[in-house]
Amino acid sequence: MVDKQYLLNSKQMAEFVARGVLLFEELVPDELNREIVAAFDAGTVVSQPAGTPLSRCYPDPSPIGTLLRMPEIHGVISSLVGPDPMFDHHAVHTRQPNTGSAQGLHGDSIIDTRTHFDIQLMYFPHDVPLEMGGTLLLPGSHFRRVNEMDVARYQNFLGQMPMVCKAGSLVVVHHGIWHAGRENKTDQIRYMFKVRLNPTVRQLRLWNTDDLNETSGGNQTIYGGSEKNRDDVQSILGKQEPWFEAADGRLEIVNRIKLWRFLTGDVNFDVHYWLTRLENMPENLLEVA
Amino acid sequence: MPSRQKVMILYLAHSALDAPVKGWTVYDGTGKEHHTTGDSSEPPYTTGLEALLDGWRVIQFPQLIPPYPDTEYTTSFQKNEFIFEKLEEID
Repeated sequence: MVDKQYLLNSKQMAEFVARGVLLFEELVPDELNREIVAAFDAGTVVSQPAGTPLSRCYPDPSPIGTLLRMPEIHGVISSLVGPDPMFDHHAVHTRQPNTGSAQGLHGDSIIDTRTHFDIQLMYFPHDVPLEMGGTLLLPGSHFRRVNEMDVARYQNFLGQMPMVCKAGSLVVVHHGIWHAGRENKTDQIRYMFKVRLNPTVRQLRLWNTDDLNETSGGNQTIYGGSEKNRDDVQSILGKQEPWFEAADGRLEIVNRIKLWRFLTGDVNFDVHYWLTRLENMPENLLEVA
Repeated sequence: MPSRQKVMILYLAHSALDAPVKGWTVYDGTGKEHHTTGDSSEPPYTTGLEALLDGWRVIQFPQLIPPYPDTEYTTSFQKNEFIFEKLEEID
């Protein structure tokens, strides 16, 4: 089992539930980054059959195995899909120099309505400046029920996240996140290694929950004025993305509440009364004296 | 002089044309500009109405369709998609 210090905390989990994206900048040591780039250049990274336990993938010596077995990365994986998830697939995404076009925005695989979720790790082994076309991510898009490239018509959104990062950065995303490889306007190849992992255990309090009670937030005043600057779980789950429409943005908070209930087992958890109000359907009759 | 169509799609915060822009897409039939995924961080206009003031014509309003039963809390595509056009002369 991974040491607890490497697991996510409750606020990080809430961030993942709310945005479907967690960013870890410059997490991987430079020496390993260079080793992995060399492996990509040489084409020596071998994939595995879908459904193989991750623990049996990438046996030593393997720079990708070394990467995924880093305690900081194994801790993130364990927090989201358990300590030994199934390998789904990987891809060494390569954007050739001066490509002249970008990928259309899409969600991977096909429409997926589960509450259980897969994760995808996106690892950037070298510096990615804006003009190199790092993956575009749309935080908060993971609950949208769409099928793959059906959203390719959308070119830009307020709050979109073009990956601009230093070597060794890692993004972990929910399987539903909309994303696209952007146009590479440089003279260099851009690499991004992606691996998809499936849970093999019920996704119930897999992270470090020591702070769960103190960070949940308790009952709060609706439209709380100065309380809006809180950073507890409720506030993280209640924060809208800049691209949300006014009405559907409220429904996204309901989606987050439902996933948080699923992950914590707390069926009464709520954010600013959104679900409690709807669930209030009294059946007891008024007793008349 | 022949003209070509430019198409702009604005995704607004709600169903009113003067609502703030949340997302945008542009296709340029004159061939002068090339737009693609993730190519800008600032919208071309702050509201749909601002586009009208700059000479764009609305060619499609989003219909207001009630949710299908049991999908009342489901989110999917952007609902407030307004399509505009502008005709530009080419050489």
